Amino acid sequence: MAEAEESPGDPGTASPRPLFAGLSDISISQDIPIEGEITIPVRSRIREFDSSTLNESVQNTIMRDLKAVGKKFMHVLYPRRSNTLLRDWDLWGPLILCVTLALMLQRGSADSEKDGGPQFAEVFVVVWFGAVTITVNSKLLGGNISFFQSLCVLGYCILPLTVAMLICRLVLLAEPGPINFMVRLFVVTVMFAWSVVASTAFLADSQPPNRKALAIYPVFLFYFVISWMILTFTP
Amino acid sequence: MAAVDDLQFEEFGDAATSLAANPDATTISIEDPHETPKHQPGPLGGSGREEDDELLGNDDSDKTELLAGQKKSSPFWTFEYYQTFFDVDTYQVFDRIKGSLLPIPGKNFVRLYIRSNPDLYGPFWICATLVFAIAISGNLSNFLIHLGEKTYHYVPEFQKVSIAATIIYAYAWLVPLALWGFLMWRNSKVMNIVSYSFLEIVCVYGYSLFIYIPTAILWIIPQKAVRWILVMIALGISGSVLAMTFWPAVREDNRRIALATIVTIVLLHMLLSVGCLAYFFDAPEMDHLPTTTATPNQTVAAAKSS
Repeated sequence: MAEAEESPGDPGTASPRPLFAGLSDISISQDIPIEGEITIPVRSRIREFDSSTLNESVQNTIMRDLKAVGKKFMHVLYPRRSNTLLRDWDLWGPLILCVTLALMLQRGSADSEKDGGPQFAEVFVVVWFGAVTITVNSKLLGGNISFFQSLCVLGYCILPLTVAMLICRLVLLAEPGPINFMVRLFVVTVMFAWSVVASTAFLADSQPPNRKALAIYPVFLFYFVISWMILTFTP
Repeated sequence: MAAVDDLQFEEFGDAATSLAANPDATTISIEDPHETPKHQPGPLGGSGREEDDELLGNDDSDKTELLAGQKKSSPFWTFEYYQTFFDVDTYQVFDRIKGSLLPIPGKNFVRLYIRSNPDLYGPFWICATLVFAIAISGNLSNFLIHLGEKTYHYVPEFQKVSIAATIIYAYAWLVPLALWGFLMWRNSKVMNIVSYSFLEIVCVYGYSLFIYIPTAILWIIPQKAVRWILVMIALGISGSVLAMTFWPAVREDNRRIALATIVTIVLLHMLLSVGCLAYFFDAPEMDHLPTTTATPNQTVAAAKSS
């Protein structure tokens, strides 16, 4: 019979018989090899935690992390309503910024011990405990941002103030005077406003609408204190 | 057999109209100002079901009444327990700050604004702002006073921030603790009508410190008379808020003890403000004398280096 020789590729080709009734009549005359590749096209940007990152060179790892940090720096410098900072949070950037700021702000050991600017540890503590306090405050008020995401945003938004510190140090190399102070005041004020605007752009959406001001005010206070420390720095 | 008609929902309107139509029928209307009048569900099981559905549908009002008395039901090691202390909106915080700035005789701050919803947001952040306001204003004021001197070397005096923080937070937490303990002790002896919980006392003290923030900023002006006038005004406002809050709590007590309590409260408040003024702000007339009480090391070091 002609219908008995059905190729295995199409089992039910327009036959009015019930389903699978003709399968018992199928006979395969030769071995047909079945081979091929099964690949699942995955386009995920999430790092896979398997041995592929262990085997890569150290330079690759470091460059990947540095690129992620650099990308977030760009997001801070040109703040738009995006949640890249929130999605892929990391704390490398805040650590680098905080250490840089603290190194530049600390007074030398030659100054008098009693009074003067903050020590390295004091700046470090102010930045990190300030960020933790603001995060806990926003979570207590009912915000739906995670702890580390908020730390990440607050840490990254110190970038404008670190740039201000660099500029102030350069300006202080010139001769002191009221013009010197005015330039520094202007730079620090602009960078302070930039920091507050950047962090508000990222953090404001995660707060309940009737408590936004309550959650944003501590951020304002935090950056104000850091700006004050930068402005009053005397070498 | 009941056909499709019996399964149709009938619109009854609200209780008033159905009462008008059938004066003998029992209807339930639970007053809830936030809800619009609901249509009653169809006669699926007779009038008994209607009442159940009404009660179930309007259980928001029941629940809020039940829960108003038992707010803090989470155990103290969970995060939700502490969230109940931050259950305030922006306008509520502003109202409480406004209430602390404008003491109206006869209006109790706790009864009027806090109303059994004490928050820790206000006290904590007002104290934090005050700490930095005092430290920064003191630093600025000293800088302006010593501006023309040749031997003056400006230092940011960052250590004063930690001292200010210790003073302000100790005042804002230990004094309410002592006052609460004292009021509890008196309550066991004399039955007072009004008694405050510990958090309400912390709340009142925290919000009453708000007036010192603009006062600290205005203390930059290096005139002794201006500074003392500011001290008097700030003490008057916040002292009267505290006195009017705590007077009903000690009113039924022995007259002397009641008066002594109020006087102590105001005295401690004055001690705080005068102490901060004396420690963080240099006196303006002494700008060409080499010794100041606040920063002896700095001027000595400056004199050594010149």
